[in-house]
Amino acid sequence: MRIAVASGKGGTGKTTVATSLALSLAADGRGGASAPGPPLILDCDVEAPNAHLFLQPRFERVWEVGIPIPQVDEARCTACGRCAEVCAYNAMAVLGAKVLVFPELCHGCGSCTRACPEGAITEVVRPIGVLRQGTTMGGIDFGHGELTVGEPMAGPVIRQLKQQITPRPGQVVILDAPPGTSCPVVEAVRGADFLLLVTEPTPFGLHDLRLAVQVGRSLGIPMGVIINRDGIGDESLAHYCESEGMPVLMRIPFERAIARGFAQGQTLLETHPAYAPLFREMVLEIGRRIEETG
Amino acid sequence: MRIVVTTTTPDLDSPVDPRFGRGAFFVLVDADTMEWQAHPNPAAAASGGAGIRAAQFVAEHKADGVISGDFGPNAHQALTAAGIRMYLFGGSASARQAVERFKAGELETPGGSVGQGRRPRG
Amino acid sequence: MKQLVILSGKGGTGKTSLAAAFAHLASEGPCPVRLVLADADVDAPNLDLVLEPRRIEEHDFVGGSTAEIVCETCDACGVCADVCRFEAVCESDGRFEIDALACEGCGACFHECPAQAIRMQPQVAGRWYRSESRYGPLIHAALFPAHENSGKLVTLVKQQARLLTLDGGYAGLLVDGPPGIGCPVISAAAGADLALIVTEPTVAGIHDMERILKTTEHFRVPAQVCINKADLFPAGADQIRDACRRKGIAVAGCIPFDEIVTEAMVRGEPVTAFDLDAPSSRAMTEIWQRLTACLFERSAESMAARVDRNGGP
Repeated sequence: MRIAVASGKGGTGKTTVATSLALSLAADGRGGASAPGPPLILDCDVEAPNAHLFLQPRFERVWEVGIPIPQVDEARCTACGRCAEVCAYNAMAVLGAKVLVFPELCHGCGSCTRACPEGAITEVVRPIGVLRQGTTMGGIDFGHGELTVGEPMAGPVIRQLKQQITPRPGQVVILDAPPGTSCPVVEAVRGADFLLLVTEPTPFGLHDLRLAVQVGRSLGIPMGVIINRDGIGDESLAHYCESEGMPVLMRIPFERAIARGFAQGQTLLETHPAYAPLFREMVLEIGRRIEETG
Repeated sequence: MRIVVTTTTPDLDSPVDPRFGRGAFFVLVDADTMEWQAHPNPAAAASGGAGIRAAQFVAEHKADGVISGDFGPNAHQALTAAGIRMYLFGGSASARQAVERFKAGELETPGGSVGQGRRPRG
Repeated sequence: MKQLVILSGKGGTGKTSLAAAFAHLASEGPCPVRLVLADADVDAPNLDLVLEPRRIEEHDFVGGSTAEIVCETCDACGVCADVCRFEAVCESDGRFEIDALACEGCGACFHECPAQAIRMQPQVAGRWYRSESRYGPLIHAALFPAHENSGKLVTLVKQQARLLTLDGGYAGLLVDGPPGIGCPVISAAAGADLALIVTEPTVAGIHDMERILKTTEHFRVPAQVCINKADLFPAGADQIRDACRRKGIAVAGCIPFDEIVTEAMVRGEPVTAFDLDAPSSRAMTEIWQRLTACLFERSAESMAARVDRNGGP
């Protein structure tokens, strides 16, 4: 089972929910089908990863990931311009007898390499980020990606994170998605069995939730909502969920104690251990909903 | 000497378009005879790397120099590689006036190399 | 003209609330500055929710292209699936289909298809708008959910805002930026005279502040920091002040946690317009005064000097 945690709006509590989910599953010692054991959590917010600050995994492996970019062998190049013609991103320019590559525009699609009639182009991987893999003291398997400062494209790092850090058979995967509603979020959430949308009962929260719901609908993934900081704002969010038939799977009331705990790097479960069985129940509920729609 | 000027309409007497990569038109001028021809900028609608595409266009037309309001770092790199000189012209005067000021040696070139890392212009 | 961009690294630190307050203060405060406003968070644009804008024009945004297989011509050879590096070609029952959400529009399949059965279709990926708000013109946009090319739409918003600022003789451009550090943020920060990093005194907020500060440094955009919800965790606020001191970054101010901020949002108003005397409003007003002194008054002084030297405008 793969559960993605997303939101649309930043700062609603995705990481709070994702880490709480992971901890509550890891703490369940009952065993058997109803208790899947410690999950794999993948922090897909590669621009600003935070989950490791709360779960404090011990990292065992760190490796670079990158994009394959063209390298032109000037001896074989005839400056025919075919590479620049096929490039959809203007990442190659042929100016006189010179071929220029603009690495930050390159998406690594390989079209230029295949198109070159002289076979003058080879691909070299340009590093754009790192992946780290480890485990926490509670046995949670952890993976995250970190985009190198100055690099524009998060997508390839997220894609490779999901391809290269994989779950054991039967292990629950929790995907902590980045904020927003565009390509990086889609990359993080694709392939999930359920999309958990974390929101807050404010106008910004509701506005961005509607957008996140559209992402889920585009991807055809069943969804549910968690209302974080319940009690602030107004009732519009609750009305929206009711009229859209959007299940509210949990409400976390606003409490300064939770906010203060988060500020210091404490997870929700450390501040309020009573939430653990609630999260476990929610995972079972999610499992039931996946079966219903599947 | 062949000079290209970015303009807002396809006319030598059109105001100079301040953007190189996304300027609406390129006017090619023979600086000695002041004969000219206008072309729409093929890069104007490019979703990315417009400066590069525009630089290619200018290189294909064998320009010796380009006059515009602003050159982004990719355009700068491409034009430099092609050996095409860049000249800066601010303000709203016409392309014709810009070429005249170029001939009088009054136009500045963009300072130095654009340096490490991308420095996008916004 | 001067450009101020509001960034954060971490989402939810209060960028938009602050941008709206600045827009209000610039327009109706004691030392007015004529500004163009731009919402560069095209994924989840929120600034218009508190500025009551009236839409003047709207346009399609074409991001890139998406590949489409022409079924009648396709002979299901599967070459497209072999060359696609973005997992965008799906096969079921021997038939091939492009997953439009995964497709990055590179054209690899289009170029390699032996039957030439693939078309590249330009995609309208969003809309951009020019509106008139209570506090000045607003350029904003909305990327259609699940689409790509966020960064390009941000670049478009910035270009339009910049042209409007120059053509309309405005003193400056205020940009409400997106979270993160990638392409949309880089585009939002391009050409800015100052980036105001809004952070919160939390472990996560501080971590992400470091990342966005490295990013503004990489792109040589000068930055200052302001600490929002500063009293939530005073030790965290101290940590931020120490980090800024070490890096030589000015702290423009601190804003206390204040429930008024949400109340104002619910009412669809900037905090400072809703209650100018609230603690958060007073803090924001101080920060705005400091920023205007930095950005605008200095240039006004240098303009005056230039006028004197030439004996006329």
